[in-house]
Amino acid sequence: MGKDISSNTKSLSMIVTKGSLDWAYPPFILATTAAAMGLRVSMFFTFYGLTLLKKKLDLNVTTLGNPAMAMPMFGMHIAMPNIISAIPGVDAAASAMMKGLMKKKGIASIEELRSMALESDVEMIACQMTMDMFEYTMDDMIEGPVLGGAATYIETATKSDINLFI
Amino acid sequence: MADQLLDVKGLNCPLPILRAKKALKDVPIGGTLLVLATDPGAVKDFEAFCRTTGNELVESKSEDKVFSFVIKHMA
Repeated sequence: MGKDISSNTKSLSMIVTKGSLDWAYPPFILATTAAAMGLRVSMFFTFYGLTLLKKKLDLNVTTLGNPAMAMPMFGMHIAMPNIISAIPGVDAAASAMMKGLMKKKGIASIEELRSMALESDVEMIACQMTMDMFEYTMDDMIEGPVLGGAATYIETATKSDINLFI
Repeated sequence: MADQLLDVKGLNCPLPILRAKKALKDVPIGGTLLVLATDPGAVKDFEAFCRTTGNELVESKSEDKVFSFVIKHMA
C-alpha cells in the first residue's frame, strides 16, 4: 500500500465469497466505513464474490429459498413462495424492485461504494484460482485489484485486527 | 457557528459517515464541520466515528427529524 501506515493502525481483512446484490453490500459498506475510520483494509474476492470486480456489474437478488426476504408491497410485507420464485422473470422483478427501493432510500449503489473503496486505498485481491476456473482475465475487471491466492490472504489475516468471511 | 456545512439529509448508511470523512479533509485542524442528516443510525455512528478517528463530537442533537452533528477536526 502506498500510504504510510503506523504500526498501531488497526486493520480489517475480508474474504468476499458472494456475488448477489444483497450479499454485495456488507463487504463494501464495511470496507468503505473502516477506511473512513482510519483502518487499513484488504478484501479478498473469491468464487462468486469475484464477479463484484467485473467492469460492468449486473447484480441480482433471488427470493428462492429465502423465507426472510419480505418486500414492502401494497402496504404490507410479502415473502415469495418458492414455487413463485422459480417462475422466469420473478428474480428480475425482485431485483429491479430492490434497486428501486435502494435509490428511493438514499442507499449507495455497489458501483459507488466500490469506487469509494478504491479511492480510499482499500486493497483488493482477485483470487487467481477462481479467475482461472470461471475463465476471467484481468481485462474483465476494474482497474485496481491485483491477483493473489490463499497464502496472500493468510499473511494479511495474521496481521489484521478483524477478519471477516462474507 | 461551524466553519463548514455538510448536508447529507436523505442519505442512508454508510454515506453520511463517508461524506463527512471526505468533508473533514477540507476543514483545517481545530475547525468544525456541521453535518445535517436524517438517518437515525447516524447518532451512534458519528459517536463511534469520532471516538475511533480521534475527532471531537462537539454537539449532537435532533430537531424536526433532522439530526445535526458538530465535529471538530482534530486528526
